[in-house]
Amino acid sequence: MDWLQQLINGISLGSIYALIALGYTMVYGIIKLINFAHGDVFMLGAFIGFFAITRWEMGFIPALIIAMVVCSIIGMIIERVAYKRLRNATRIAALTTAIGVSFLIEYTMIFFRGATPEAYPQVLPQTNINILGANINSQTIFILVVTIILMILLQFIVHKTKIGKAMRAVSHDADAARLMGINVDNTISATFAIGSALAGAAGVIFGSYYTRIDPLMGVLPGLKAFIAAVLGGIGSIPGAMVGGFILGIIETVVSAVGYSLWRDAAAFIILILILILRPAGIFGKNIREKV
Amino acid sequence: MLQVNNIDVFYGNIHALKNISLEVNEGEIVTLIGANGAGKTTLLKTLSGLLKPKQGTITYKMQQIGGKPAQAIVKSGISHVPEGRRVFANMSVEENLELGAFLRKDRDGIKKDLDHVFELFPRLKERRKQLSGTLSGGEQQMLAMGRAIMARPNLLLLDEPSMGLAPLIVQQIFEIIQTINKEGTTILLVEQNAHMALSIADRAYVIETGKIVLSGTAKELQESEEVKAAYLGGV
Repeated sequence: MDWLQQLINGISLGSIYALIALGYTMVYGIIKLINFAHGDVFMLGAFIGFFAITRWEMGFIPALIIAMVVCSIIGMIIERVAYKRLRNATRIAALTTAIGVSFLIEYTMIFFRGATPEAYPQVLPQTNINILGANINSQTIFILVVTIILMILLQFIVHKTKIGKAMRAVSHDADAARLMGINVDNTISATFAIGSALAGAAGVIFGSYYTRIDPLMGVLPGLKAFIAAVLGGIGSIPGAMVGGFILGIIETVVSAVGYSLWRDAAAFIILILILILRPAGIFGKNIREKV
Repeated sequence: MLQVNNIDVFYGNIHALKNISLEVNEGEIVTLIGANGAGKTTLLKTLSGLLKPKQGTITYKMQQIGGKPAQAIVKSGISHVPEGRRVFANMSVEENLELGAFLRKDRDGIKKDLDHVFELFPRLKERRKQLSGTLSGGEQQMLAMGRAIMARPNLLLLDEPSMGLAPLIVQQIFEIIQTINKEGTTILLVEQNAHMALSIADRAYVIETGKIVLSGTAKELQESEEVKAAYLGGV
């Protein structure tokens, strides 16, 4: 039952990509910006979780919550300081700024603590569970459950709460949303807060799963999550989730069949293929709406 | 109720509204007619806070609203049905209507107004769970109006409700505008269809290249030679 084991590994890696991809896609949906600093918020989340666990001796869940709260604040600050004034600028100006913010976060982190990696403490129970003949780590299951809970929570916020409805309205038509009395600036802040909280959670999960974190750890998962978001259809929330899972599974399969060096290449090949074959992504909207 | 005094509005470098003054009294239907690009939509956008006047004042119920953010203006009781409906196509009819009541907290009142909107527009009730992007143009217009009513406005700004609709639907929409007005909502109606607009309005203004060139009661304008020639396609 090796394949089942690999599938579950793929799903849990994919769930991390999906959590990061959600922030990409939500921010893109609302201000049409690819926030390249998002992967670094993920890195900050991993470090905040690390400090919470090692210095303040917290458990996994409290550390996760702290990382989410701090990251949501960081996300809002990034938006207010760097992106808000570019609301009416060209897209390329905003994109360049996002890359700048990304470097700023990475090298500020290196400046203050150096580039040496940190070993994440063992916080989750490590027992092997036998399911249908597959040996599955309890940690993997735990991570999967946490991710799914976060995704359900996000779906609830986006579809059932007032702020979620405001987010959908603004992403569809900001001026029309203004006419409803929606405060567009606050709604954009809330989007950054929620997206960054998910990235922070992904950071803590990543740290406790892969046990090694460093200030540049956000670069590759950030890019992969971006690919996942494009694969699913950028701007689409279910797309980001599905894209994340698909990417995680493909990477795991590529490694499992013996081409582990090709893992990252596989992700980028997917990006190229999707851009050629279906640029709108799996859930992308190509339908023209009736006026 | 609403007084606009000498406002100037710029769209980037374009001087879109030049020294515009107008007035809307409680209970009236006032219409603003003019050709494409005359500045009608710009004026409504300025009234609802999407654009800011460079000069001049806008007074609503004794309060200065010129240059205030849109959400403050919605809160003060002005709702704007934008040109081209601008419904939230990715959401259901019901969600669109809920968003209209975004700033309200009185759950019972919202429920009552929702029922009232469904009474005014029975088609919307039939389609309440449907995505609004799949509605016909006429239905989207109804939805846009219903959504604005959900804010329970005292003054309703309507931008080209007849645009792109079949004559029969236009007729229906205009009847509903009159009903809404009789129920106590003051209306400022922007139209290219001058004939229809003047037939239901109390008073009217004619706008040309950013300036008000004529004003008077709807009857006077209907009989004015200039209006007949330029807007009513008459002799």
